[in-house]
Amino acid sequence: MSGHAIEADGLRKAFGAVTALDGLSLTVGAGSVLGLLGPNGSGKTTTVSILSTSLRPDGGRATVRGLDVVTDAARVRQVIGFAGQFAAVDPNLTGRENLTLIGRLSRVGRRQSRVRAAELLDGFGLTAAADRLVRTYSGGMRRRLDVAAALLHRPPVLFLDEPTTGLDPESRFTLWDSVRDLARSGTTVLLTTQYLEEADALADQIVIISAGRVADTGTAAELKARFGTVVFYLGFDGLAGAQTAETVLAAAGYRTARDSAGIRVRSATGSGELTGILRSLEGRAPDPLTVAVREPTLDDVFLSLTGGTGKGALA
Amino acid sequence: MSSIAIAPPETRGRLMAGLSGIGAAFSDTADVAGRNLRTLLRTPQALVFATIQPVIFVLLFRYAFGGAIRVPGTDYVNFLMPGIFAQTVAFGAIGTAVGLSVDVRTGILVRFRTLPMARIAVLGGRTLADLARNLLVVVVMTGVGFAAGFRTPNGAAGLLGALGLVVFFGYAVSWGFAALGLRVSDPEAAQAAAVPVVFLLVFTSAAFVPATAMPGWLQAFGTHQPVNALVSAERALVLGGPASHDVFICLAWSAGMLLVFAILAARTYGRMGR
Repeated sequence: MSGHAIEADGLRKAFGAVTALDGLSLTVGAGSVLGLLGPNGSGKTTTVSILSTSLRPDGGRATVRGLDVVTDAARVRQVIGFAGQFAAVDPNLTGRENLTLIGRLSRVGRRQSRVRAAELLDGFGLTAAADRLVRTYSGGMRRRLDVAAALLHRPPVLFLDEPTTGLDPESRFTLWDSVRDLARSGTTVLLTTQYLEEADALADQIVIISAGRVADTGTAAELKARFGTVVFYLGFDGLAGAQTAETVLAAAGYRTARDSAGIRVRSATGSGELTGILRSLEGRAPDPLTVAVREPTLDDVFLSLTGGTGKGALA
Repeated sequence: MSSIAIAPPETRGRLMAGLSGIGAAFSDTADVAGRNLRTLLRTPQALVFATIQPVIFVLLFRYAFGGAIRVPGTDYVNFLMPGIFAQTVAFGAIGTAVGLSVDVRTGILVRFRTLPMARIAVLGGRTLADLARNLLVVVVMTGVGFAAGFRTPNGAAGLLGALGLVVFFGYAVSWGFAALGLRVSDPEAAQAAAVPVVFLLVFTSAAFVPATAMPGWLQAFGTHQPVNALVSAERALVLGGPASHDVFICLAWSAGMLLVFAILAARTYGRMGR
């Protein structure tokens, strides 16, 4: 076994005519957290499904702790935990019953399942609700229970597919803490998310995917640094002005992206470039109402990589 | 949160690993069946629906329509009850389809596919739970039948034999509806697909009225389909008379359906991750 807990090499998957994965490769170091970032339909869930053995790839190969996810799926299942995009818990069982059931099906043993269930309910702040039917739970509670259910057999590798989608901020932060705790104790985590701040906050390594392929990979800092040193943000009074300004700047050779009445201009050289930008606009477009200079965010990186080609993309 | 900390990766208990695969498969099946039965008890409307509907049919046919239906050789209620039993398990199978489609929709089946459990337990547990539900409902219906004047001319052994056939038949059919439920991830769609099949088979059979009253073309279909085979075998056992031929036909249908449907359902489940 190499130092990688998860390795995927050239994964392909199509659903009918739709290509979900088009040769996706990634590696996750043992004990690290990988954030798989991508827009809707980019292949995040397909990737996680293949790696967690619930879906077969059409091509390519993947291993978890050295075990092939297709030919050795049964053994892979003993070392992974999986929490999918929808809280897959039974609403007609109590929280405790859900966990003990999953524990027994994870071959933890009857007695140990009960012990682990109590531990996890406690760890996820669900002890008070443990013996209530899950159909009375809030969305956040269901989600926490769902993640807890992935941990019954203490899996060294954990897959979380959009674990915080639809959660309120407080529940989200609680879940982040849980993920951090798991990572600290040596669990390898692969999580998918649409939230850049989530990847920024949790992941040691980020893989941005677009249309079933890896668009870029690195730490949050690396991705931002590669992107450029600063981003100028120019706000205009209305859409028309912003559109005019964008056309002018693009013609002058700047790399721009527009969101509604604002324009982002990417700069590699630093804030000194601002003078040039404003000068290009002079007389050709309305004056911007606001001007901001800031460090690039993952948002900027993400948009430049996944925002399509040509207009709207910072690349 | 320290209690959720993960112990250093270690190989899992040798004792559990040493359990024979078959024993583990039975244990997983029992766990899944237990979960499904709990769910059933906690959504009583499903159980009530499965019971109330045949009760209404008993009352309707026994008291509202029964007076107008003449059957040779016995009281109508004795003719009716084997039909009601068949209807009960056939309608119950709709619940198998709906239950599995709910599991598809909620993502529980995806989770099950990532667990180191026996794969057969998902279907085995579902159909086992539905077998238990059928047993319960059939017992209730027997009581309702007795209250409505049902008597067993052929004694308790005949009745028990008939109920055994009913439950076995219901088990076989539930595998077919399990395959249907897996294909449809929408419970309403599963119900919409299952109900016409059940209605067609139940109402073209001789469950409620003698087939001799039907036009020839309908009779040809109605008397050569599995629900009718079940009803005929039950009646032979309940009412007395030569039964071995009908029982054989019924068992052949049930065993054949069980084999075909179990393979179909297992293949459908196996293909879900393809």
